[in-house]
Amino acid sequence: AGKLLYSRPHVTLLVHISIYTGVAAAYYFILILSSTMASEDVKDSPAMVVFDTEAANSLVKELRSTVIAGKTKSYEWRVSQLKSLLKMVEDRDKQICDALFSDLSKPEMEAFIHEIAMIKASCKLALKKLKDWMKPEKVKTTLGTFPSSAEIVPEPLGVILIISAWNYPFLLSVDPVIGAIAAGNAVVLKPSEVAPAMSSLLAKLFGEYLDNSAIKVVEGAVPETSALLEQKWDKIFYTGNGRVGRVIMAAAAKHLTPVVLELGGKSPVLVDSDIDLTVTARRIVSGKWGCNNGQACVAPDYIITTKNYAPVLIDSIKHQLVKFFGEDALNSLDLSRVVNSNHFARLTKLLDDDRVSEKIIHGGQTDINNLKIAPTIVLDAPEDSLIMNEEIFGPLLPIVTVDKIEDGIHFINSRPNPLAAYLFTNKKQLKEEFVSNVSAGGVLINDISLHLMVDTLPFGGVGDSGIGAYHGKFSFDAFSHKKGVLHRSFYGDASARYPPYTPGKLRLLKALLDGSILGIIRALFGWS
Amino acid sequence: MGEVVGDFEGDLKELRDTFNSGKTREASWRRSQLHGIISLLKERESDIFKALKQDLGKHHVEAYRDEIGTVAKSANYALGNLNKWMGSKRVKVPLAAFPSRGKLVPEPLGVVLIISSWNFPFGLSLEPIIGAIAAGNAVLLKPSEIAPTCSSVLAETIYYYLDNSAIKVVEGGPRVGQIVMAAAAKNLTPVTLELGGKCPAVVDCMSSSWDQKIAIKRIIWGKFGACAGQVCIGIDYILTQKKFAPTLVEFLKKHIKKSFGDNPMGSNNIAKIVNKKHFSRLKDLLNEPNVKNSIVYGGSLNEENLFIEPTILLDPPLDATIMTEEIFGPLLPIITLEAIEDSIQFIRSRPKPLAIYGFTNNEKLQKRMMCETSSGSITFNDAIIQYAIDTMPFGGVGGSGFGRYHGKYSFEDFSHQKAVLVRGYLIDFGFRYPPWNDKKLQLLKSGLRYNYLTLVLIKLGLKSKA
Repeated sequence: AGKLLYSRPHVTLLVHISIYTGVAAAYYFILILSSTMASEDVKDSPAMVVFDTEAANSLVKELRSTVIAGKTKSYEWRVSQLKSLLKMVEDRDKQICDALFSDLSKPEMEAFIHEIAMIKASCKLALKKLKDWMKPEKVKTTLGTFPSSAEIVPEPLGVILIISAWNYPFLLSVDPVIGAIAAGNAVVLKPSEVAPAMSSLLAKLFGEYLDNSAIKVVEGAVPETSALLEQKWDKIFYTGNGRVGRVIMAAAAKHLTPVVLELGGKSPVLVDSDIDLTVTARRIVSGKWGCNNGQACVAPDYIITTKNYAPVLIDSIKHQLVKFFGEDALNSLDLSRVVNSNHFARLTKLLDDDRVSEKIIHGGQTDINNLKIAPTIVLDAPEDSLIMNEEIFGPLLPIVTVDKIEDGIHFINSRPNPLAAYLFTNKKQLKEEFVSNVSAGGVLINDISLHLMVDTLPFGGVGDSGIGAYHGKFSFDAFSHKKGVLHRSFYGDASARYPPYTPGKLRLLKALLDGSILGIIRALFGWS
Repeated sequence: MGEVVGDFEGDLKELRDTFNSGKTREASWRRSQLHGIISLLKERESDIFKALKQDLGKHHVEAYRDEIGTVAKSANYALGNLNKWMGSKRVKVPLAAFPSRGKLVPEPLGVVLIISSWNFPFGLSLEPIIGAIAAGNAVLLKPSEIAPTCSSVLAETIYYYLDNSAIKVVEGGPRVGQIVMAAAAKNLTPVTLELGGKCPAVVDCMSSSWDQKIAIKRIIWGKFGACAGQVCIGIDYILTQKKFAPTLVEFLKKHIKKSFGDNPMGSNNIAKIVNKKHFSRLKDLLNEPNVKNSIVYGGSLNEENLFIEPTILLDPPLDATIMTEEIFGPLLPIITLEAIEDSIQFIRSRPKPLAIYGFTNNEKLQKRMMCETSSGSITFNDAIIQYAIDTMPFGGVGGSGFGRYHGKYSFEDFSHQKAVLVRGYLIDFGFRYPPWNDKKLQLLKSGLRYNYLTLVLIKLGLKSKA
């Protein structure tokens, strides 16, 4: 075209016009083509359909009719679903690990230990114990209601909404679902959109392995969650932060829906000088940075130790950091990354405060392209700084020094109740004082996070760290209604209960309610 | 009864300071308060009777049976069990966590707000207070302004008999209650809601005349004998077979006369309606079209004395307010069905009530009712009495509420069961820690499956895969 322009002006004009026409024609052709393609898209891909209040409403209606039909109540149904879940985890463990790596760069080991293994154990426990859990519990009755027999019968609540979090997106979605199914309910799971690979994997796998008439996954973000929260549920189970927790509870209040809120807080670690230093440091380092790089609700948020002992402890922690993650921790493959740029910005902001950044004694490097932040230790940041007041949820570890170790307990108690509180010491008295005086969801002495593995212990918060608990039988209980059942006989009727009322009846009632046989005899004979 | 919305913030601060001082955690403090409640009930019995007579027209035997006696029993039960409840419970710990000890340690929540109701003003205030104190909390009680004399007596006796720095009463209008409820969600405060509903009584036709007689007595008691039907677990309406209905109505009429005499208003054996507002509400229930002409017994009202006669209605329209809202008064609708089993579907198609009653000896029907309906509790062949059993949890489900109390459930409702795990240093499994490799993965797989033999073999190098 360039050559033509120079040699033949009138042809050039013609060429230009035809080029422009051609281009224009092509442009309009492409425009029309793309709009028809787009409308075909809308028709063919259901992902474009908006999940609104009406959709949420009909979803709940469908699940409610499944529940009313009695399908989810039977032992056989519950066992079949739990067995399918177990099979799902065993068949697809590679895909699950891949999704966790995609969303969080989670090392395979972490994915296995903290998510897959825990879910398998949870399923197996429920399968083993379900018959026991479903059995009515006989209770004693008193003389006042003799003769009678009483028992407490667990029954499903109905339709449960489970909203889970992004940091352990597989564990925190499936574990409550196991509890809800074991208790005989229908379930809607809303996985976190901040972990999109896991969200769509869960939708796919649940669709393949579980009973779709009773268990559903709804993907989405704020609009979809709001539509769900407008409905009436029989219980809402939420894992996440306090701000959203309040929104959920307010929505639940409108329908008088009971809730379990698994929230977070700043979980402190009090470290005494009378300890096994190497083991303590290993446990702290793996508990902080070896669990999703600090992005865990029970991660050690900050350490408190005495001024004298701090240098010794810090040295040991640095030593273990190198042992675990090498000299260049920022690029270690054994560390998860920060989940997304929002959280990356949030974390770097914590370090931006000059009064904080000048206290960094280890780490501090960041890599915005790979969303990585190196394990960072800050010594004695100012008490009013953001890093000392907000839940960190990342690889930054402030250390607070105090004069006496006991001051550490006061420091912890002057702050909102955390989800977990940790103490490292060999001193018996310090252990006892810590356990009696520190209020937290759970307390662990001489280790980090391990209490989650013990399914005979309830896992949940108190105060700002949450409402309700689960794991093991506590999951079954969280999703059940324990109905009191009383069987009375027509014999042994105490007429003292009924009007017309007389002083004699009053005497007999007093004796009956006191439970004293002698008193009853005396009242009956008019001797009292 | 002025608005004291501003004042109670000072009270709240004092309660929090008292709690933080640790005073309420001591077992001796908790015992002293429980003893205080028992003394209160014993020594001020006549003041309590007077107040209940004034606000609700309750006969003192009814007052003793339903409020003083039951609360004293609960306080004694709590005293007897306090050590057991307060102690920590050991839990089994898996071998994979060896060596460690696990336990559940109950601890008080802190400062507890109790908002009670007007129909059993002493019972429904003191019963939760017993639980809150036993669990070691400080308490703010907001009694109902609808029973004002009882509220004042509560405020005065609690001030005198209990530790004022830890247990306070705030009197005020409904705004106080509402403000604090809205705040619960904002502050992530856990709540227990003891609500109500329409508690149905399924009455089967019984062959034995003895059984029939006792059943009728209990039904009448369960409807009219406790606060004139103004009770959350009172029988709201009856479901029975068409064939049996006429007989049932005759029996009921006969026994109502026997229990309350020919002039129930003057008999002093039945409570009055609490106030004009509720009286008008009940009057309006009867004035709806086709409800009035379904009355087969009673129906007379005396506005001056706030008295409504025990009234029976036969098959009022199902869409009338009397059949859609909780009645909370001495009006007893009887709904007839072709077969008694139809009652199950009838109940299921309505919101879950606080209690369901079944008067029947048919074991099959009992089983079906128990398995196919849902309610706070279900009682066969009696009514209301389940409230007095300390070993049974008392609370609702669905629209009738959530959370439960009574006996040890009261203690638990006001406690946080803290999970505690104590580990040792002696054994530390290296394969817990990064850097990760396949051998560690295999060790962990066997460890977490509790497959200890494989774990040992892999560690010794005799096996490579879990």
